[in-house]
Amino acid sequence: MHRTPLHKFHLDNGAQMVDFAGWDMPILYSGIIEEHRQVRSSGGLFDVSHMGRVKIHGRHARRFLETLCTRRISDMQPGQCRYSLVCNAAGGVRDDVIVYRIDEDEFLVVVNASNRQKILEHIDQVRSAGDYSLKIDDQTMSTAMVALQGPKVMDLVGKVSREVPTLKRYRFTVKNLVITKLIVSRTGYTGEDGVEVILPSMTVDLAMKLLLKDVDLKDPRAALKPVGLGARDTLRMEAAMPLYGHELGEGINALACGVDFAISLDKHNAEKGERFIGQDALEKTAAAGGPPHRLVGLQIEGKRAARQGNTIKTAGRDAGHVTSGCLSPTLDKVIAMGFVERALTAPGTPLTIDTGRAELAATVVPMPFYKTAKA
Amino acid sequence: MASPTDRVYSDSHEWHRFEGDVLTLGLTQYAVNTLTDITYVEMKKPGTVIKAGDIVGEVESVKATSDIYCAVSGEVVEVNRALSDDPSLLNTDPLGKGWLCKIRVNDAAGKAGLKDAAAYDAAHPC
Repeated sequence: MHRTPLHKFHLDNGAQMVDFAGWDMPILYSGIIEEHRQVRSSGGLFDVSHMGRVKIHGRHARRFLETLCTRRISDMQPGQCRYSLVCNAAGGVRDDVIVYRIDEDEFLVVVNASNRQKILEHIDQVRSAGDYSLKIDDQTMSTAMVALQGPKVMDLVGKVSREVPTLKRYRFTVKNLVITKLIVSRTGYTGEDGVEVILPSMTVDLAMKLLLKDVDLKDPRAALKPVGLGARDTLRMEAAMPLYGHELGEGINALACGVDFAISLDKHNAEKGERFIGQDALEKTAAAGGPPHRLVGLQIEGKRAARQGNTIKTAGRDAGHVTSGCLSPTLDKVIAMGFVERALTAPGTPLTIDTGRAELAATVVPMPFYKTAKA
Repeated sequence: MASPTDRVYSDSHEWHRFEGDVLTLGLTQYAVNTLTDITYVEMKKPGTVIKAGDIVGEVESVKATSDIYCAVSGEVVEVNRALSDDPSLLNTDPLGKGWLCKIRVNDAAGKAGLKDAAAYDAAHPC
């Protein structure tokens, strides 16, 4: 099993470890709900080194990524990052990614851990099918990635860098650390303000010391505490951020997932416009009025959670299925996401969820379920 | 942490403490660690008659929903009401205040299939 450069840090901080996509990762340290609240009220430190980091550079890097990504790439400025999908030819979702434009011809693509090999193969295939001059460099094993998320994070980071707190959302800067460089972006997967830092593996100890010099992680009131993958999941659910394998998948039409902002069906009309893989299929879907099912947010009565795979019903018949669900620690209500027939997506629509153990009363609600005042 | 020796354990991670003809049932530390934060508990109501191996309730955590089994036959006589107000008692004190229910045993044959603390801990180290 793979270990991240922060593996020892996790064990030192009492983490309970699990196998996640072949990586030995912390699911929790003190408790999922406690860690969740720590992020909403103060700050959390997440090891996200298991995610794939693939550098794509060279003369045709821009054009290549326009083909690969559903979102426009050419109008990105160096220092900007963008959320995008990578689709298959049928318009299903191969992965969701963050693209960093480091320079005119230099990009970094962050992909899901579970999809890294698949995307690397996909990249190879797309590349050999076209005439591209570019280099692919999988930097996952030589770098680490740490997310700092929560309302107090920017104050903490401000003590180390004056520049970082001035970054806008989805912008990044490259900072020097001794002889190496680290990328700091104002991004995250929790619905809170914060940053994600990509750094060479060998500098992790030094960077953590620098960052945590005023923080005692063992202090119950510490501004920043380590947070595991368990709370990462409940945080992203409250923020209604999709997760591959749940809301996103090869068999799920990209236009059904509630991330239309990341799909530029008009990108070919732009100057130097290229089409993306899956665009033909998605144009047909759009012309037909959209996919038959769409992702909705659901609020559920009572304290019993709906889980992935549960059937969503209306008037006694099947109308869709749940993709994610949990008792929201912030709202103290059970929330879920799921795909339902297009006619049932309006907020206020009453539905029933069959968990196999009980039938739960649910109502369609707008997403996100939780929105921070600042971010 | 060693499991207490005043009770016996199932491989589905329930502890069974027999006192006279009354059995107190709960979840082991290993089970609670695996389930993570528990958010909901629902046990069969007092008066429910159960056979050995029956489901006597379920617990939901942030991550999953799990059934609770009882190794012997009898009748549910009491459920821990404190858990409906505060399911997290199961996380903080699974072997004490987080007990699940009490059962009046009428056939204890299933007890023979349960493990003692040492055997359970050896099979499920936490």
